[in-house]
Amino acid sequence: MLDRRLIQNFDWVLLLLLLLLAGISILNLYSATYAIREVGGSRIFMKQFYWFLIGFGVCLVMITFNYYYLERLAYPAYFLTVALLMIVLVAGKVMSGSQRWLTLGPLVFQPSELAKISMVLVLAKFFSDRGDVVEYRLRDLWQPFILILIPCALILKEPDLGTALFVGVVSFSMILLVKVNRKSILIFVGVCVLAAPVIWFGMKDYQQRRILTFLQPDTEPLGAGYHINQSKIAIGSGQFWGKGYLKGTQTRLHFLPEQHTDFAFSVFAEEWGLAGVTVLLLLYLFLVLWGLYIAKGSKDRFGAILAAGIVGIVFWQVVINVGMVTGLLPVVGIPLLLFSYGGSSLISTMAAMGLLMNISMRRFMFQ
Amino acid sequence: MKSSNFDPITQDLFEKQLKIAMVFVLVIFGVIFLRLWFLQIVNGSFYRAKSENNRIRLQSMPSFRGVIRDRSGKILVDNRPSYDLCVIPEEIHDAGTLLNRLAALGDFDMTSMRTKIRQAASGYPFKPVCLKKDISREELAMLETRRFDLPGVMITVRPQRTYFYGALAGHLLGYLGEISEKQLKSGAFPDTRSGDLIGKTGIERKWQKSLKGGRGGEQVEVDAAGRRIKVISRSPPISGADVCLTVDRELQMLAEKALEGKHGAVVAMDPRNGQILALASSPSFDPNLFITGFDEKTWKNMVSSGDHPLNNRALTGQYPPGSIFKIVVALAGLQEGVITPDETLFCNGQYSLGRGKYRCWKRWGHGKVNLNRALVESCDIYFYHLGMRLGVDRIARYARQLGLGQKTGLDLGNEKAGLIPTTEWKKKRWGVPWQGGETVSTAIGQSFVLVTPLQIATFASAVFNGGHVYRPQLTQWVRKPGGENIFEFKPQLIRDVGIKPEYLELVKKALAGAVNNSHGTGTKAKLPDITVAGKTGTAQVVNLKKEKDAKAKGEIPWKYRDHAWFVAVAPADAPRITVSVLIEHGGHGGSASAPIAKKLIEAYLRVPVDS
Repeated sequence: MLDRRLIQNFDWVLLLLLLLLAGISILNLYSATYAIREVGGSRIFMKQFYWFLIGFGVCLVMITFNYYYLERLAYPAYFLTVALLMIVLVAGKVMSGSQRWLTLGPLVFQPSELAKISMVLVLAKFFSDRGDVVEYRLRDLWQPFILILIPCALILKEPDLGTALFVGVVSFSMILLVKVNRKSILIFVGVCVLAAPVIWFGMKDYQQRRILTFLQPDTEPLGAGYHINQSKIAIGSGQFWGKGYLKGTQTRLHFLPEQHTDFAFSVFAEEWGLAGVTVLLLLYLFLVLWGLYIAKGSKDRFGAILAAGIVGIVFWQVVINVGMVTGLLPVVGIPLLLFSYGGSSLISTMAAMGLLMNISMRRFMFQ
Repeated sequence: MKSSNFDPITQDLFEKQLKIAMVFVLVIFGVIFLRLWFLQIVNGSFYRAKSENNRIRLQSMPSFRGVIRDRSGKILVDNRPSYDLCVIPEEIHDAGTLLNRLAALGDFDMTSMRTKIRQAASGYPFKPVCLKKDISREELAMLETRRFDLPGVMITVRPQRTYFYGALAGHLLGYLGEISEKQLKSGAFPDTRSGDLIGKTGIERKWQKSLKGGRGGEQVEVDAAGRRIKVISRSPPISGADVCLTVDRELQMLAEKALEGKHGAVVAMDPRNGQILALASSPSFDPNLFITGFDEKTWKNMVSSGDHPLNNRALTGQYPPGSIFKIVVALAGLQEGVITPDETLFCNGQYSLGRGKYRCWKRWGHGKVNLNRALVESCDIYFYHLGMRLGVDRIARYARQLGLGQKTGLDLGNEKAGLIPTTEWKKKRWGVPWQGGETVSTAIGQSFVLVTPLQIATFASAVFNGGHVYRPQLTQWVRKPGGENIFEFKPQLIRDVGIKPEYLELVKKALAGAVNNSHGTGTKAKLPDITVAGKTGTAQVVNLKKEKDAKAKGEIPWKYRDHAWFVAVAPADAPRITVSVLIEHGGHGGSASAPIAKKLIEAYLRVPVDS
């Protein structure tokens, strides 16, 4: 399967981007856990290093087969995900008030991570099957809506508002990408506006509070607004050149919450300043644009939509996480992909990157 | 595969869509970049300041208050380490167990400790909370040996003012107290904050600025839990200046011992320069209590009992001088030329003026009396005559000249001026003219005359040192920790009294006679090897009639008894010490006060303390 042409077409740009991001991430995690290195911090950093190695392994596995076979696996994968999401609600591990984790022997993973990629897969399959449709109208979209709604509702039930919204946003951006009739969009937006109050009152207290603190972070400086404020202080105090590696006071003195997970970006911004952050954002931007370029170059519809969906995952994670830590968006608990600590998220991201690479390598091939 | 291949139309469409997506991505990344620019560049310095604020705490470090020594360098007041029992809330594993273990180790107030621990739990987890201040040595030892069993317990040390001899010289040293709101606002206490202890009275107040020293401070880096990470910078506190007093510890002890159980005051002074050697007032108080706290009973007694232990009677107690005043009248008579040393007057025990009859203390009279004998035996009749010849205003002039009826200028707070009456004063104060009979009683130090024990000491010193009235002083030097003197003692002459030296000599001789002559009134102060000169005084508290009535009923009640005065100077020919003693309601000066003066003189002159 891996013939010479494949190696010739290997996507070195994508690999380089991933390696750079992995390197910066590990460098940054070392700093984020530096102050707690004696109480398990260095273990966290080493673990992430191993996760990256495994991740690159997964990535390699993902390029060995032709992504074409995934078309057939799209629906089974989707239903398996839905099944797992149901199991997690019954038999999942409860941690800090939500039931998100499934234990499989030594492995603990979040089925909602799986949901991101199988959602993209199933939508890619759905839309590539209808290659002849030029513009979708609302009534053509009831099937994808249901496909999206089921996992989202299950994830929301865990409860994990952040991931549910994330899956929704990625899915909807895929739908918009395949082109929807303008009138349909307006009708849909209208329905959403009307539904907003219903959703608001259906939310849990802490979810409501998060949105409220997002709107007015200063009203609760020691409560929920604390996280946002401390993160803004960390980022802002980095100024142009940053405080220097391992010298971020907000990080080292624990003013910054969740520094190796959701707020890893703030650690980086504090220590490297706008200069470092710009470099990091450019890497992500290149990754996204490169992904879109891959989508554009794909010779078949399934590959193109799948690539675009994977780009959607990358793009929205960056936007939501950075928006959240800079105070542009509410704190919803979305980690920064390839940057925050977390095994499940890293493995599923690397799998997605492998797929992207797969599509990239096969774009010049005709079978 | 075939089904999903692009046809050219949809591929074009899809590419167009991707281009829109790219523009969208660029715009969103642009927004994020602008946001970061806004946070890091536009507001960068604001957030930098906030992050510094987050991590840096200023902690003040108390300075060591200066040490107070006696004239020979013995330490009277110092700072000792005070050990406080504190806990770090975060490090307590189980508050209940900890409290139980503490209860087993010492006599602690468990209810207050429990509340403090509970309150601490809601504060900064790493900020120490004090459970008990100033624990005893035994408690400290117990706690230190059980440290392993007491997670979260911490002992902190701070300097605490300590008065080594308790109540010794309490009035003169003064006490510390928290600065008041008014004092803070007055601006008279720079570098002082609310809650600081300042000298409220005595030497502690007089030298507050020098004793205080300079506050030190630390910039400490703390983490989000308030735990100290490291010291960023530190300016060490500057110790206060040391104060060396003119007071002699042994003499002070002796004076206070002599006053034990009595109400009264003793002042010992060097007549040659005004240095105070001892200044005692009884009842007294222990300045340590103002720091460690009073129990209710002690405090009540301090402020509301008639004993007024906080009053320094040596400066604030105003009493009629009684016969001591005869020295003034004698000197005035001689200087004014209304009498010669040899002129004799006859005392038959009684003196009549108009319808008034005035007695001598010796019922049947002294017979023929000259100036010397009048002073030695303290004949009242002689001084009635002399007083009438002088008139009250001339007496007053000399009294004031000699330092009576005015503040001596010892800067110890609250000093009272006393009172020397004149005709003008009477008119002004009472609106009625001066009566001749009042001159008669003024001449023997009764009527309106009021003096303080300190005034009597400066006055007697002036008589014996050749007529120099010195301002009494308590401080030898004040020295900064580096060795630089802020203050050095210099005698301060207030005035020369302007009385001919031969007249002063006459009076001195007579006063030596009062102690050493067998007929003298002050023989109880006599010493075999030192010539002591002295004068007794008895200040009437109630008039004679009342006293007589009371006497008829048996013993005179304590509060009606006369105040007993004695002032002594020794050695008479080359004076080195003046002692003024007043015992409230002590009865006769010769018997109650003279022995105290004698003891002090003996102790001071037998052992060569002086340089």
